[in-house]
Amino acid sequence: MKEISLHILDLMQNSIEAGANWILLEVNEDEDGFFTFSITDNGRGMNEDMLKKIRDPFVTTRLTRNVGLGIPFVDMTTAQSGGRLIIKSKPGEGTFLKASYLRNHLDRPPLGDVVNTVKVFLVGNPGLHFVMHYKVRQAEFIFDSQSVIKRLGEHIDFSYPEIYSWLDAYLKQEIDKVREAGGLK
Amino acid sequence: MKSLEDLKALREKLQSDIRVRENDGTKIIIGMGTCGIAAGAREIMAAVLDELAVRKLKNVQVQQTGCIGMCEKEVLVDVVRPGEPRITYGNVKPVDVKRIIADHVINGRIIEDLVVGKMDDAKI
Repeated sequence: MKEISLHILDLMQNSIEAGANWILLEVNEDEDGFFTFSITDNGRGMNEDMLKKIRDPFVTTRLTRNVGLGIPFVDMTTAQSGGRLIIKSKPGEGTFLKASYLRNHLDRPPLGDVVNTVKVFLVGNPGLHFVMHYKVRQAEFIFDSQSVIKRLGEHIDFSYPEIYSWLDAYLKQEIDKVREAGGLK
Repeated sequence: MKSLEDLKALREKLQSDIRVRENDGTKIIIGMGTCGIAAGAREIMAAVLDELAVRKLKNVQVQQTGCIGMCEKEVLVDVVRPGEPRITYGNVKPVDVKRIIADHVINGRIIEDLVVGKMDDAKI
């Protein structure tokens, strides 16, 4: 994966495959010198046995089709950039996963197009309750898909061109503001 | 400046489209497993969405699916027109998206050089 935002998309797809209908994505472009993101879901979760094996691509692909290569990729890119990947999970309770990268490490992949990731993910998963906390240091923007859906009524969702065009512009604008407020611009 | 309040106006504007979308309509399905994403599925999906927006095609549903085992042919894009077989296109690049939408989705002409699979919908 060339971009952190592609890892994010991939891991959120895992949540969907695990039956989640609620996902919280937290991104912090500078959390004490680390670039971090975490994903929390209410999917079916994993038992301890699976948690132990999940970082091994050869074991995991055979045992769990719903996990595959995504986790080993993130495990590798975080380790290569002086960070790590934490995974906590319990069967029936969902999964929490946090990836951190040394922000200024040469091998840290760029964030890439995170707005595109969120947009594509929301269009592809109608009915999902998605929440994003986007932070740069102490500055924060909170997005909640329910606050959009609530304003649109029952039958309109992110698959409408007018709505995802709006979403694209809105997220870009708000993330820009957070970067500015957080001192990255 | 965009704000959540814009959505009220959009809602009014979209009321007339709702009925159309609930009926039949063509489906475009994009492979979004790790293999698909690594091969560029996100960009393909964004290109599909942009093209649908530009052409104002409201009766087309875009869906995603996981890995279906043809990882080496990702990005995979399926087009299903109502009552027609499901056509799978492989190794799809962003430049192919316009063709798929103009030729197949709109005009019903299958693009033979991109096809990697064909499935009768009744057999799925």
